[in-house]
Amino acid sequence: MYSNELRYTENHEWLRIEDDICVIGITDYAQKELGDVVYIDLPEVGDSFDPEDAFGAIDSSKTSADVYTPLAGDVVEVNEALEDSPEVVNEDPHGKGWLIKLRFSDSAPLDSLMSAEQYQKSIEA
Amino acid sequence: MSEATGPKRTALHDRHLAAGAKMVEFAGWDMPVRYGSELDEHRAVRNAAGLFDVSHMGEFRVRGSGALEFLQRMTPNNVAKLQPGRAHYSGLLTEEATYIDDLLVYQLAENDYLLVVNAANLDGNLEWLRSHPHPDCTIEDHSDRYALLALQGPKAVEILSRHTAEDLSAIRYYNFVQGTVAGVDCLLSRTGYTGEMGFELYLAPADAPAVWDALLASGEADGLLPAGLAARDSLRLEAGMALYGHEIDRQTTPYEANIGWVVKLRKGEFLGREVLRGQKRQGTEKKLIGFEIVGRGIARQGHAIHHQDAEVGIVTSGGWSPTFEKAIGTGYVPPELAAVDTELEIAVRKRRFTARVVELPFYRREDD
Repeated sequence: MYSNELRYTENHEWLRIEDDICVIGITDYAQKELGDVVYIDLPEVGDSFDPEDAFGAIDSSKTSADVYTPLAGDVVEVNEALEDSPEVVNEDPHGKGWLIKLRFSDSAPLDSLMSAEQYQKSIEA
Repeated sequence: MSEATGPKRTALHDRHLAAGAKMVEFAGWDMPVRYGSELDEHRAVRNAAGLFDVSHMGEFRVRGSGALEFLQRMTPNNVAKLQPGRAHYSGLLTEEATYIDDLLVYQLAENDYLLVVNAANLDGNLEWLRSHPHPDCTIEDHSDRYALLALQGPKAVEILSRHTAEDLSAIRYYNFVQGTVAGVDCLLSRTGYTGEMGFELYLAPADAPAVWDALLASGEADGLLPAGLAARDSLRLEAGMALYGHEIDRQTTPYEANIGWVVKLRKGEFLGREVLRGQKRQGTEKKLIGFEIVGRGIARQGHAIHHQDAEVGIVTSGGWSPTFEKAIGTGYVPPELAAVDTELEIAVRKRRFTARVVELPFYRREDD
């Protein structure tokens, strides 16, 4: 379930690094906790964020949750398909349900993120 | 977690785990919030049927020659209008006419009533009732003698009829019979918390798993799904039914909450009557409204309601309506802002959502 190619945050985001681009989504555990996703509030391309900023929000039928970036960066792409099909976050959270792509320069915060194994342990605890 | 220290489990706990339910602690109970998709469970209840385990609800038996007099004093609805086989919706009110809880009152026999209360308020209710004793009336907590299943939806009667000899079509809304379902003793009550046709089944906890299994097995082809607390909440919100801790609490009265029809001022003395008389004459300072969000966004309980840049009220429930596919909610505003089509704003941190007042309930089934 939790791929070694991703890094994970305590707030249940995953990150995939592709050169200087970081793709961010929410984990399978997070989508199960939220329940059926009905709205996703994403930033605009060009928006900049500092580490630990909330870059968007996810509304499920029961609750709302902010999503955060551990890295500073500029948004280069948002997953526009989620506007019409937010349920993709439930169906494929680590794949087609990605949220944003961020261009980052400082990769230092990545060192404090969890590996797949560590994340799996943290959600079983 | 051991059973001794963890949340309580209903007689159907194993069934929920086996079905892969996501469990949450609710009012001290480990309850299923959803089995799969709560939107699917909601739609199953509107279009076919859903089966809920609501065994966490509390039941009090009130008996004795003073039982009627006691309940007349403790609740605003007219208990004298009940008869064996009939139930009504009512409340426990303070002297200030605010809610300690809402409840159902079933008359089982002469001088013999069953009160069905919210799990979260069970201990407080018992204390409240016992602090207003009547010499000729006893109050017993029978909550552990009952499991409670709710079978709700347009197919509910058809599914249930396969398991009982009772003529279900003859049981009118808020009436009940004591009979059998799937071969076990059961109180079959034509009530519910979804806005759909359906029954609530009170039975011995030991009998509940077999009845649960029988109903699910025979209803599968009809589209029956087990449904969790998430669907229960979105269904009751669409149906405009109050939930304690949201629309009603110690700060709200029945008139404010649009539940004035439970108040029978002329039946005689009861707790809260003087305050309610005053509100009936002079009106209330706040009024419950239903609203829908125009455009994007979902309001949640506790969000502020604004009107022309002034904070005027608070959201009491908010969520997604699977039936209308838009965000809806309830909240309190001054009466002059409660008219249908009034435009309001919901404040979520720095964001503002536009909301429009709509008529309650949001949803009413067609054959009502």
